[in-house]
Amino acid sequence: MAEIHNYTLNFGPQHPAAHGVLRLILEIDGEVIKRADPHIGLLHRGTEKLAESKPYNHSIGYMDRLDYVSMMCNEHAFVMAIEKMLEIEVPQRAQYIRVMFDEITRILNHLMWLGTHGLDVGAMSIFLYAFREREKLIDCYEAVSGSRMHATYYRPGGVYRDLPDKMPQYLESDFRTNKELAQMNKNRQGSLLDFIADFTEEFPKSIQQYDDLLTDNRIWKQRLVNIGIVTAKRAKQLGFTGPMLRGSGVAWDLRKKQPYSVYNQLDFDIPVGVTGDSYDRYLVRMEEMRQSNRIIKQCVAWLKDNPGEVMSDDHKVAPPSRVAMKDDMESLIHHFKLFTEGYCLPKGEVYCAIEHPKGEFGIYLISDGANKPYRVKIRAPGFAHLAAMDEMTKGHMLSDVVTIIGTQDIVFGEIDR
Amino acid sequence: MGKKFKKLIKNFSLSELRAGLGITAKELVNKKITVQFPEERTPISPRFRGLHALRRYPNGEERCIACKLCEAVCPANAITIESEMREDGTRRTTQYDIDLFKCIFCGFCEESCPVDAIVETQIFDYAFIDSREGSIINKARLLEVGDKNEDMINKTKLEDAKYK
Repeated sequence: MAEIHNYTLNFGPQHPAAHGVLRLILEIDGEVIKRADPHIGLLHRGTEKLAESKPYNHSIGYMDRLDYVSMMCNEHAFVMAIEKMLEIEVPQRAQYIRVMFDEITRILNHLMWLGTHGLDVGAMSIFLYAFREREKLIDCYEAVSGSRMHATYYRPGGVYRDLPDKMPQYLESDFRTNKELAQMNKNRQGSLLDFIADFTEEFPKSIQQYDDLLTDNRIWKQRLVNIGIVTAKRAKQLGFTGPMLRGSGVAWDLRKKQPYSVYNQLDFDIPVGVTGDSYDRYLVRMEEMRQSNRIIKQCVAWLKDNPGEVMSDDHKVAPPSRVAMKDDMESLIHHFKLFTEGYCLPKGEVYCAIEHPKGEFGIYLISDGANKPYRVKIRAPGFAHLAAMDEMTKGHMLSDVVTIIGTQDIVFGEIDR
Repeated sequence: MGKKFKKLIKNFSLSELRAGLGITAKELVNKKITVQFPEERTPISPRFRGLHALRRYPNGEERCIACKLCEAVCPANAITIESEMREDGTRRTTQYDIDLFKCIFCGFCEESCPVDAIVETQIFDYAFIDSREGSIINKARLLEVGDKNEDMINKTKLEDAKYK
């Protein structure tokens, strides 16, 4: 009988289910995966090296572009690392704004994940519904920072600007009657906080809708249940974090275990899975969205009651207000110094991690006392998850690879950096 | 036995698939959220960071004094400025280029400008930049964008002034 060899298949980098630029070399026997070898680096932009050549603040915008579906969380880790080194106080209000936008980002990320994961597995409509909600949150991003994705909103010492007390509205056009227009602008009458509060009221209904569409659906379950099982022990050994770890039943969340910002003042729960398969991770992420919604609600209530400063008044780090800059010589000098030279960090090193939607996102920063970092290392959660691709796919069918890529919630911006 | 029977009924009646299709059917008749783009636009925040513009004072004098702060602060090195003394003794730019290939639209240039000369407008559909060379916009074109949209720029910047 003729000897039959394993077949090698090149999956990606242009495969629509490869989530960007993942190139997988699959060794398959019939339709069963024998070995999966992810090749990375196609989206490498040298963010870490680039950060070494410019003042600290200049890199904030590049942090957005790491994991480009959870922008503000990346920024948060970076500015927190700088703040830790400088030992500066961040105003409470800025902390709450950050936490609120971190959680908005978490919902954004999970909605994106839900939509694309559904699309990969074969559920088309969930993608459209997820993006419908995403649009509202992206509007919040735009209202506050001026950009729909790459916000550059967090700064060492606080956030760039306070929340606006007016939401932009739909304008008249030939396509809409006045009545329709009034309906569309209904939730845009008040401030941004009112808009977000309205969203938090409506969002549980949307999650219920996703729930009804997917959770019990037999096709969805056939594709997800018992696919890519990772035991709790293995998940820890592989360096999993975030929903990937919690899906395996380990209640590890940096927001609870080493609370940063104001998370210790907020009330929320950590969902964990049982079996550690793709379906459990799906349930964990769904519940995380509900919990994020809860956190946002608490933040909105606090922010409404507590107006105040959103930026540190240490003008060696944070620029003075524009009015002060135009009136006052000293402020003008600070302004010029900050925007040309930046600020110097004391000699030393720092590691600062946050609970990013995908897991533990850390910034390791070494400073030699200059106005530029000596070295920045970015700990991207997706990297460790992708490394487990071989173990998770082994023995599964070809179509399950797509499910596993989806359940890992991979974004190449952060893996290739 | 009862539980098993219930499960069997549930399985054969395709209840969860029906529920899912019910949502689809409901959305079929629900109001659509589509925005008909060129004729109709989504709301744009006054903070929006779109195409750049150079502004003038109301008397027609250009604001930029070539302090080169924006050039220094630009993380992507997208701005190139050359300056010279003008006949009347003031310092002005002779060259002010923004390379839109490099620009990451972070808004630092606007933030740094001490005289509110370089701003980012609400224009995001700048297909009028038709050539590759045109994407490196020079001073004349930046001023032109500013002149054309001064009303809009003034309005949005005023709206947002109190937060800066």
